Order: sequence, then structure tokens, then C-alpha cells
Amino acid sequence: MCLGIPGEVVTLDAERPGMATVNVGGARRQVNVMLIEEDGVAPGDWVLIHVGFALAKIDEEEAQLTLSHLEEMGQAYRDELQAISDSRID
Amino acid sequence: MGPEGMRFVDEYRDREKAQALAANIATLVEPGRRYGLMEICGGHTHTIYKHGIEDYLPEEVQLVHGPGCPVCVIPMGRIDDAIWIAEQDGVTMTSFGDLLRVPGARGSFLDAKARGADIQMVYSPLDSLRIARNNPHRRVVFMAIGFETTTPSTAMTVLRAAAEGLENFSVFCNHVTIIPALQALLASPDLHIDGFIGPGHVSTVIGCEPYRFIAAEHGRPFVVAGFEPLDILQAIQMLLLQLREGRSEVENQYTRVVPWEGNQKALQAIDEVMEPRPTFEWRGLGWIPDSAMRIREKYARFDAERIFDVPATRVADPPACQCGEVLRGTIKPWECKVFGTACTPETPIGTCMVSSEGACAAYYNFGRFTRLRVRQAGSA
Repeated sequence: MCLGIPGEVVTLDAERPGMATVNVGGARRQVNVMLIEEDGVAPGDWVLIHVGFALAKIDEEEAQLTLSHLEEMGQAYRDELQAISDSRID
Repeated sequence: MGPEGMRFVDEYRDREKAQALAANIATLVEPGRRYGLMEICGGHTHTIYKHGIEDYLPEEVQLVHGPGCPVCVIPMGRIDDAIWIAEQDGVTMTSFGDLLRVPGARGSFLDAKARGADIQMVYSPLDSLRIARNNPHRRVVFMAIGFETTTPSTAMTVLRAAAEGLENFSVFCNHVTIIPALQALLASPDLHIDGFIGPGHVSTVIGCEPYRFIAAEHGRPFVVAGFEPLDILQAIQMLLLQLREGRSEVENQYTRVVPWEGNQKALQAIDEVMEPRPTFEWRGLGWIPDSAMRIREKYARFDAERIFDVPATRVADPPACQCGEVLRGTIKPWECKVFGTACTPETPIGTCMVSSEGACAAYYNFGRFTRLRVRQAGSA
């Protein structure tokens, strides 16, 4: 729950404002991006995701750093990825 | 040094940088002075144990593990209340996975599920909303917990439920706020803290300004930090430099992610949907004024506490459990009477052992390596 997971924005959802398709750990997931819209969100941007919401825009270097840190966390990260993969936000 | 110890050191992405920071930290320590630095966030606690950060610090610098693990500070009575709600007719309770094993006086969510309650794990409050939408005859409740990192998500979900006109979705709100908890800590007479390592993700939302009173009124330096081992070492260096120079300021080590002003849109969403409670119980810390959020009257139809006649259970912590002292930093996890014997991650008595970010679980999972290293280094 407390882990911030980096993801790369793939597309912004035209039909549902504020939602985006984001690549998270190799899987495409729906993420709510309304809280960072004022910073401008576009495909290719990296975002830090907490429980289905992007809370901050980050650069790619930070995203990779965070990802390798998360991978070292082991089970806690695997649990979070599993939870994201079971999630069906729409 | 044995192979297990080596593996630990090798996990650093930049070992030389870590050693350079450690060397610099050593030069900042004034002879005869001892330093207590509190990392507030459970994520930092996890990194500190996982990477054996304490072994890189001079003996004079002690890290104290603070109350910033939301799973660890939820009182048993709120778990019992949530289970009571889950057992009402037609209710589907939804919860983050982190909370499923947390014991109340009548067991955990998992125990209640085994007794027949409909309790489902979700990743996001938006998952709960979908479950509500797809099951109009169920009363779907989201068990909301967390600091300001997760509070905006709950608020945004309530706003969405309102926009959709959903009538079978509600929130059992247990969101807590970090500033009043720090105020309570700073007021306690047995606190020996010289500076704070500030939470990274919480600050993404609230920004750095709210911590100013800690520096200005309490004379304690405060450095918001990232979650890499190097981030934490750098934050410690920044704190010791402030102490050395007689400064107490709020600094942001984690500028890569944390804007000074926080996320205004997230704060607006929280303020629209929620208001501070007059008081809230924290496990181990007791009742703290204005330290948690509740749903505003305007959104009462999404407030599980108004919809259900919640019993407001109050339960004393198990007498053997010393989570409170661990959370205040007055004892180290392994100094607790039941640590590693009666209380383990498989059979937790206290919340600090349940969450992987709890100080006890972090130490239990990783600390043995650290002790092994110290012993081997000492005998080498």
C-alpha cells in the first residue's frame, strides 16, 4: 500500500478523462492521473503510482532507480505487483 | 567477513559513494556528543535494515524508528469495528492486502473471512468502487487506512462515487495525519531526538512547509529523504551538518520527487471530502488531537461510520506487546520481551511485526544478517 510504483504512460484515455493506460512492470494498467494533470501528462512520461493514482511525475532515471530498489524489496514488491495485476480499475 | 555479509555490501549500487558519505558523516560527529535521529517513515526503516545502514554510522549516531507505518499504528478497536461492519447483512468489505493479517481482539480480517464474512483484497479504492458498481445489491465498504500518501486516493474515489451517484459504496475512514503525531512525539518528555529524516511519499502530497515548526519551534533539523540507501545516508549527513553548524531548518534531499509545495490538487481533494477528527487513537501513542480524518457531513452517504451503527470498540493492547515503546523509539525492536519468540511475522502479536515496513518485521527479516556482520567484523 505504501509503495510508490513507477509506470510509463502509454496513452491517455480519450473517453474517460483523467484516466491513462500505464505500463507497470511490463503490464498495461489503468491509472488515475487527475492529481498530476496540472503538470501536463503525455505518453512517454514516467509517473509514481500509489494505490491506482499517479501522485508525481518523475524522470526516467528516477523511475529506473526506484524500480531496482523495489526489486530488492522482494516479497513486498511482488505482493504489490500482484495486487496491481489483479486490479481492474476503470 | 562471511559470504552473507558480502552480499549485503554488494547490494549497494554505488558502494564507493556510500563509503564516502559514511566517512564524511564520521567527520561531522563532535567528540562526546550522541545523536538520536528519527526516521519517521516505515519505508525508510525497511531500507535501513535491509541495507544495514546502521553499520555505516559511527556509534554516536543512533537511528530511532518512528511511527510512520500506517498498519502499525491502527488500534485494535478499529480492526474490531471494521470486522463488525464486515459481518453485517449484505456487506462486502474491501481492504488493502497489508491489513488482512492485522489482529484485533477478535482476530483479523482473514479470521473473519474464514468465519464467512465477505472480505475482498483490493489494490486501490477504485477497485472497491468497481465492485460496488458491479454488485448493486451488496453494500461495499472500503477500509481506508494510510497517511497522506493514500488519503487523496480515498478522497478522489468518494468524489467519483458522488459523481456517479453510487448508493452502495462507503468508506470506513481511518486515515491519519503525520504532523499531529510528530507534535505529540515532540511533547513527550522521554524523547531524545536531535533531528528527523522526513517521509518521502507523504511529503509528495503535503510538501515541506508543514514541518517548519519542528525546525523553528523545537530546534530540530528536518530533512525530507528518498528511499535509496544513498538517499538516507545523504539525509543523515545533511542533518549532522545542520547540527554541527547550529542550524535547524527544513531541507529537501528528495527533490527528484518531492516539490516544496506538495501536491495542491491532492490536498484540495482531501479538504473537500474530509475534515480532522477531534481525536483519534494511535496504537502505542494513545489519543492524539486532530490526528486523523473523517468524512465531511456533505459526503455523509459515503461514510460507513454514519451508515452503520459502528460499536466504537476500545481494546487495550496485549500486555506483552511493547509496540508503543518501539513506535516512540524508547526501545529497539529486539528489546521487546516477545520479539522473535512469541511474536514473529508468522504469528504477530503486535502490529510492528505484521507490516513488512514495521520496525519489528524489518529487523526480524534482515537484522540477523546485520548482527552476524557485526560479530564477524569484531572477530576478524
